[in-house]
Amino acid sequence: MDRDMILRGKAHVFGDDVNTDYIISGKYKFKTLDMDELACHCMEDIDPDFYARVQPGDFIVAGGNFGCGSSREQAPLVIKHAGVSAVLARSFARIFFRNAINKGLPAVECDTAGIEAGDELEVDLGAGRVRNLTRGSEAEITPLPAVMMDILAEGGLTAYLRKHGGFEL
Amino acid sequence: MGMTIAERIFSAHCGRDVRAGELVVTKVDFMMGQDGTSPLAVNAFRELGGEKVQDPSRVALVIDHSAPSPLEGVSNLHAMMRAFAAEQGVGIYDVGCGVCHCLLPEQGHVAPGDIVIGADSHTTTYGAINAFSTGVGSTDLAAAMLTGKLWFKVPPTMRLELQGKLQEGVYSKDVALFLAGEITADGATYLAVEYGGEVIDSLSVEARFTISNMAVEMGAKAGLMEADEKTMAWLEGRVTRSCAPAAPDPDADYAEVRECDLGGLTPQVAEPHRVDNARPVEEVEGTPIQEAVIGTCTNGRLEDLEVAARILAGRRVSPEVRLIVAPASRQVLMDAMDRGVAQRLIEAGAAFVTPGCGPCVGTHNGVPSDGERVISTANRNFKGRMGNANAFIYLASPATVAASAVAGKITDPRRML
Repeated sequence: MDRDMILRGKAHVFGDDVNTDYIISGKYKFKTLDMDELACHCMEDIDPDFYARVQPGDFIVAGGNFGCGSSREQAPLVIKHAGVSAVLARSFARIFFRNAINKGLPAVECDTAGIEAGDELEVDLGAGRVRNLTRGSEAEITPLPAVMMDILAEGGLTAYLRKHGGFEL
Repeated sequence: MGMTIAERIFSAHCGRDVRAGELVVTKVDFMMGQDGTSPLAVNAFRELGGEKVQDPSRVALVIDHSAPSPLEGVSNLHAMMRAFAAEQGVGIYDVGCGVCHCLLPEQGHVAPGDIVIGADSHTTTYGAINAFSTGVGSTDLAAAMLTGKLWFKVPPTMRLELQGKLQEGVYSKDVALFLAGEITADGATYLAVEYGGEVIDSLSVEARFTISNMAVEMGAKAGLMEADEKTMAWLEGRVTRSCAPAAPDPDADYAEVRECDLGGLTPQVAEPHRVDNARPVEEVEGTPIQEAVIGTCTNGRLEDLEVAARILAGRRVSPEVRLIVAPASRQVLMDAMDRGVAQRLIEAGAAFVTPGCGPCVGTHNGVPSDGERVISTANRNFKGRMGNANAFIYLASPATVAASAVAGKITDPRRML
């Protein structure tokens, strides 16, 4: 991923404490490694129509503690395979946050209050800014530690480690 | 300023003093994956170009979440884990061995002062024996299997001083639920939690695991306790290598210190669909239930089964209720048989399932039907957690679950002790 990439898409808004069971239920995730198949069930228990509605490039926008619960890496993967280009939240649970960056899904920590479903957003990772094009408002992105920015810029931990051979802090 | 337990452990591993907030790359002493996370780790290991696991003796794979397999898709992923373990010489705990978080300490893989990662969020459990242990994803596990190391941010620490003497009928699970309610689901995000005080001193090591297990339900990265005489006695015969327990300095620099007097604590129940929705059992008594579960990495150890058996001795599980018991390991099951605990539970009407995660993660072994209420000793009650989004899960101690199974409704266990 280009460090200066600008992402544009529509907001799908969720509340606080969206846990990884809601992102992808345990009843599905143990069966297969086919993330496209699992993506059909993304958010199913709290928003059954989410997968049908989401368009490539859209954003998940949430309140606090997004991704709490289990360590399942299937959670950021199914979000990515559903076509979502980034998750914006007031705060993230730590394992999800780390997994998202490791899989090349931008986990964007910023003030999400005021963003409503369907709002057109522009996420500028390089400049550290989120613009709400529908409402004309802006929010700053909490900067990532350098190592996480490097991992994200490579598209994930696998590509990062293949390039660097180890962790560089 | 002095150091917290987390700072001590990371400093010892880095060979220099490191403080909260610093990023470090350090050796991982032991690492684990389960059947929901290992298959992705195997794929990530291959994608990393991995040929040999750096030190197979520091890795264990555990088949516990869907064990034995209920479906061919699951079976194929289990086979993938077995093949990887055989190829790499990595230890595997197969169907029937038990839950990863019961097995790792029981089998002596974890020592005080260790840094341990697990591709499972409840890896915080081993903090109870003074290991800095935390949950990671599959790709981090793969990176650690390949390099033996991982990067960490040394976390700031929230110190919890738990004073007072727990009343009869109040257990470490009630403490864990109460703390989740007080601190909330994200109140300790990114922090290590250090537990201390009379309450922790008074608990057995088994009971302490329950509290560290649920540290992650407050968002914590680790749930640490000091190693005391009980810890060292518990480790005897399990851990043979030398270890370096880490104690906090009296002037350690904490992000926050909270004191709670738990002398007046009553049994707690977390109502659906949030773990931090904890309240005294008195407030929910009488709620009808259809399923009761005793087991999981939180409360499937011998003491937990013993408490349940004491309540169920001479009583019967209500005909309206299914009581499912999943011992947390084969050893727990054998010990429960030796002591007559398993027999008492079965005589009372319990249905035993294979040692493992049981119905907690919604794959098998007791998926509730629409509208049913379940009371469980597990650590999560999210909507859909047990495989049906139209069911309702209440979390409680083994005593409260056993008493509720007898009465057919949520019941204060102190009525049956």
